[in-house]
Amino acid sequence: MRDKKQEKTYVEDVSRSVYDIRNEEKDVYRVDEGLTEAIVSQISKEKNDPAWMQNFRLESLKIYNELSVPDWGPSIDGLDMNNIVTYVRPNTKMSAKWSEVPKEIKDTFDALGIPKAERESLAGVGAQYDSELVYHNVREEVSALGVVYTDMESALHGEYADMVRKHFMKLVPPRDHKFAALHGAVWSGGSFVYVPPGVSVTIPLQSYFRLNAPGAGQFEHTLIIVEEGAELHFIEGCSAPKYNVANLHAGCVELYVGKNAKLRYSTIENWSKNMYNLNTKRAKVEEGGTIEWVSGSFGSHVSYLYPMSILNGKGARAEFTGITFAGKGQNLDTGTKVVHNAPETTSFVNTKSISKDGGVSTFRSSVEVRPQAKGSKSSVSCQSLMLDDISRSDTIPALDIRTQDADVGHEAQIGRISDEAVFYLMSRGMSEEDARAMIVSGFADNVSKELPLEYAVEMNNLIRLEMKGSIG
Amino acid sequence: MSKQLLQVKHLTVDVEQKEILHGIDLNINAGETHVLMGPNGAGKSTLGYTLMGNPKYHVTGGEILFQGKDITDEAADKRAKEGIFLSFQNPVEVPGITLASFIRSALEQRRGKRLRLSEFRKELNAAMDILQMDHSYADRDLNVGFSGGEKKKAEILQLLMLRPALAILDETDSGLDVDAVRTVSRGVEEYQKDKQGALLIITHSTKILEALQVDATHVLVDGKLVAAGDGSLVEEINENGFERFLNA
Repeated sequence: MRDKKQEKTYVEDVSRSVYDIRNEEKDVYRVDEGLTEAIVSQISKEKNDPAWMQNFRLESLKIYNELSVPDWGPSIDGLDMNNIVTYVRPNTKMSAKWSEVPKEIKDTFDALGIPKAERESLAGVGAQYDSELVYHNVREEVSALGVVYTDMESALHGEYADMVRKHFMKLVPPRDHKFAALHGAVWSGGSFVYVPPGVSVTIPLQSYFRLNAPGAGQFEHTLIIVEEGAELHFIEGCSAPKYNVANLHAGCVELYVGKNAKLRYSTIENWSKNMYNLNTKRAKVEEGGTIEWVSGSFGSHVSYLYPMSILNGKGARAEFTGITFAGKGQNLDTGTKVVHNAPETTSFVNTKSISKDGGVSTFRSSVEVRPQAKGSKSSVSCQSLMLDDISRSDTIPALDIRTQDADVGHEAQIGRISDEAVFYLMSRGMSEEDARAMIVSGFADNVSKELPLEYAVEMNNLIRLEMKGSIG
Repeated sequence: MSKQLLQVKHLTVDVEQKEILHGIDLNINAGETHVLMGPNGAGKSTLGYTLMGNPKYHVTGGEILFQGKDITDEAADKRAKEGIFLSFQNPVEVPGITLASFIRSALEQRRGKRLRLSEFRKELNAAMDILQMDHSYADRDLNVGFSGGEKKKAEILQLLMLRPALAILDETDSGLDVDAVRTVSRGVEEYQKDKQGALLIITHSTKILEALQVDATHVLVDGKLVAAGDGSLVEEINENGFERFLNA
């Protein structure tokens, strides 16, 4: 099943196989397929939810049954909730010691480079396997600063229980859309991070989500609270092996950025190409605070992903840097939303999308400037690159400006790789494949610059991997 | 010096199904400097592109031999590795790739091994000094936002770094002011003297040739080579223009 020597991909050594490692499901606990009150209650019981959460789940399930699927965007007809297993618990307890993680799971994360990344450049790591975190660790010096980084379940029962209750699905209420309601009903796993006022976490925290079980859903909840004047960089990575049945990811990320605080949230998503990625991410930013999103979408069969920033206090800022790469059989609908809800708020959106082999990449942006958001600025720039004639790229911008006193700009460019540029690089000795990959990497460069080095390397590898065999 | 480097035999070339070159014969020996002159639209750049292997230019007859080997059907990257270089008239802008990293990748392709960054930078800076290029250009995106003169200097910089056996300069002097031509010409001289590299200089003016030793001159009109001579032909054209060849 597994080649022990497999390593994470590097430029000279590209292989998707490392992501495609599948483990046999051994002794796992899983609920039945489908979605019923009984299943939701079972999850709740299994997880020993407090009473309010138990009710919250059942209420969410009701809402889920009331709401219909979106009537816009890519088709999700291939997704049948009756076939999705909403909860799969690996047969292990969460551990803070890498050595205690079961071997098979450990090997998977080893191959993905997770513990190595922790040793080298991270302040803390959480690793989720199917529905539950299997490993969680924060460096001592970071927890000494009062920083909390734990799994959601522990947070729900521990010292921060009230804080969790106060914030849980308040930014993304279950009513928001059908899959937010689904999340509310069956969520499990995910991370809780609390950074106390004035504390700067100088090295990033990371969580890695791995969905191994076929036909399963992953519904992790990430809740991050960065208090006044504090600073944090949080990285999430996602991957799954390829199965022939549909898998579902409907996670939820809620970020609270306090006054003059700063949060950078980076994601490299490389779900396998049978995944429906219906993820919801939202940040609320108070006065003088900053949210920076860095988002790389490479995997999944269908994605709906539009991280939203609510600029709620004077002078709050949002930056969104994103790249989407849609290959064969992929329909990736991504973008971002910004609400300017206070004066002198700023948003800066810069995205790139690449489509090839019939892939469809759609970029949606929505910028809303409320009447009170005087003196606000917004700039949206979207560039698309289509690598052949059968691929598609669309840009759908929406602007809703309710004050005269705002400076809003939008630009979109859609292009192709020019034959002239390929010839130019080839005339210097690059092969056609290298020339194209170089042009695409260059196109993505200002996004990869925003990523931590390790992830920038991985993104370039993914681009090379996607570009491989694209000549023909 | 008399070793045959490039042999072009009865070459006919189509662009978008229209024949542009009608049977070209041309021989260049190692280390020689040839000049290809001719009025606008004569097919000079077409010859340059065809020799480099641009897939838009279809060879419909004849052949191209380089160092004795038939390269007529070879892709551009193979030709580059074998030692052919084309300085583009309009170098392409490539965002996200710096000039330095581009040259480094090209050089690694050419030499077939990885280069140490410090050594590479030293070499690059020395070549930039010859061309009076500010070192900061090395870290700018390839040709992006470069002026016409800067783009041409960047081409000659690549020439000096890659040191091909045959360099084709396509209108490298066009659109440059006198000082820039002088600087570019100094770079070409450097290439000429240092490596015994051969040159095919495509131009319709003569400014760039003033400081260079020319071995042969060819005149291309309407897709045919209509006259050949030594360096003195350049001067004659300089004085009288192409008129006497137009009705030849």
